[in-house]
Amino acid sequence: MYPENLYYTKDHEWLKVEGEEAVVGITDFAQKQLGDIIYVDLPQVGKILEAHQTIGTVESVKSVSDVYSPVSGEVIEVNSELSQTPDLINKDPHGQGWIVRLKIKDKSEINNLMKAADYEKYLEGLEH
Amino acid sequence: MINVIREPLIFEISSPGKTAVKLPELDVPEKKDLLNGVPVRNDIEGFPEVSETEITRHFTRLSQMNYCVDFGFYPLGSCTMKYNPKVNEKVASMSCFTSSHPLAPEKLVQGNLELMKTLEKLLCEITGMDAVTLQPAAGAHGELTGMMLIRAYHTAHGNPRKYVLIPDSAHGTNPSSAHICGYTVKEIKSSEKGTISVEDLARVMDEEVAALMVTNPNTLGVFESDICQIADIVHAKGGFLYMDGANMNALAGITRPGDMKVDVLHLNLHKTFSTPHGGGGPGSGPVAVKKILEPYLPVPVIEEKDGQYYLNYDRPQSIGRVKSFYGQFLVMLKALAYILALGPKGIREMAEVAVLNSNYIRKSLEGIYHLKYDTPTLHECVFSDKYQKDYGVSNLDIAKRLLDYGLHPPTMSFPLIVHGALMIEPTETESRRDLDLFIEAMKAIDREAKENPELLKSAPHLTYVRRLDEVQAARNPILRWEKKE
Repeated sequence: MYPENLYYTKDHEWLKVEGEEAVVGITDFAQKQLGDIIYVDLPQVGKILEAHQTIGTVESVKSVSDVYSPVSGEVIEVNSELSQTPDLINKDPHGQGWIVRLKIKDKSEINNLMKAADYEKYLEGLEH
Repeated sequence: MINVIREPLIFEISSPGKTAVKLPELDVPEKKDLLNGVPVRNDIEGFPEVSETEITRHFTRLSQMNYCVDFGFYPLGSCTMKYNPKVNEKVASMSCFTSSHPLAPEKLVQGNLELMKTLEKLLCEITGMDAVTLQPAAGAHGELTGMMLIRAYHTAHGNPRKYVLIPDSAHGTNPSSAHICGYTVKEIKSSEKGTISVEDLARVMDEEVAALMVTNPNTLGVFESDICQIADIVHAKGGFLYMDGANMNALAGITRPGDMKVDVLHLNLHKTFSTPHGGGGPGSGPVAVKKILEPYLPVPVIEEKDGQYYLNYDRPQSIGRVKSFYGQFLVMLKALAYILALGPKGIREMAEVAVLNSNYIRKSLEGIYHLKYDTPTLHECVFSDKYQKDYGVSNLDIAKRLLDYGLHPPTMSFPLIVHGALMIEPTETESRRDLDLFIEAMKAIDREAKENPELLKSAPHLTYVRRLDEVQAARNPILRWEKKE
């Protein structure tokens, strides 16, 4: 059920590589855990991120969670739609609910991420 | 509770010219120029005009829609909503206290200063610490003050340091307090037992870590039994051990943070020491420290010289004031009344009964509701909705259904390490009968989850308002009344 063309982190972010750039969002599992999302705190365009550094926060009726960058890079675009309609993350987490677009600094870091099948296996282990 | 038909806002029942008080006719010459030059408030447009009957009934009806500790059980885990003894209120409302002015000369308020000093000493004795400031006005304010003391110490010793370590089972305010104090927070993951992993801590602890903030017992209700070893690891690298003392009602009279090598902790008078909480506040979050941090305490500090109490502002290393005047004086009185009424044995019994009550609930609901960690717990226990999830029922549905049983729901969805958490803290003030009412309601809700899940998903059914749209309320909050044209 998780798209084959994305890479995944243990903290439930996804990364879609498009040439030298990549799009980042949170996974369907993450949005389900969070519940109805009411606010997304987006970074400034131009922000330089290291892998695992906080991109921003996602706030739901239940909690506030940090979103971590799966790889190092520079923020070149943010999904400003999310300021008005944060529930796009609930409705379409792997598509319209994307959070930022990065210029990737070091493509080798992608090797540290999980493929869809591995992520699904990882989720099975998490089921409480 | 009385079912009230929709109660309008007071603005909506207003009719022009109505008043609650009728003043006698003016029988002296009118003086119009008396207020010349004095700023006079303009009439507030749309200010409600109602009769005394209307005011009384309006607010009485609103009060009947409310839920409070005087009405029933309030099992909000980690928030310790215990009963507030009426004698505390009686003491705090004595006119000798309510009439004393905060700027009165010290010699006229010796009694007040003595009471504050007495409370400080009692809190030192209960916590095993060396000195206390009563200034902070809430738990999180206490946390911030505690972190400022740590920062002041490190700064005075050449390096404020960069990081504060916080376990994922800590109170949610801890990371925020550390962050506001200028530190970067590093989270430590809990072990399978729900406690801090000593190995993990040893790995991340270094000379750039200013402090470890521990909630003990933690938000799972689990006592950090390695606390002394944890303290040694932190101290070996020159860091401080901060303890969030919000859960002190599990320990008071039994063991003391000071003996666990804790350097700083805050207490919540509005929790452990029975003063009102939430809307009934204000809160009070005294901070207790070991000698090493005493020079940095906020000013003024109450001191005694030749049998006279005075406020000492001459403390060059102090972090300064953290609150106007001296903190919430009347709240301190309530806590003092509580401590003196209980006495040493009573304080211990308070903690024992808090732990007993929590374990009574835990044992009664075990197997019916899922317990992620089977480690023994103290004053609170954290169940999850895992079993009920099979019927499509979430912790939110369970919480909403509890309202139909006339009970306040427990803390939900926290701590984050338990998915679908229901965090239950009965406190020591609940009788066996009240605990049983809660347990029976929780069992009935579990049966309903299996037999008629829709009943839970659409709950509450018997309250004044039905299920509220939390998403709408968070995204588009209407915070004040506005006149419709």
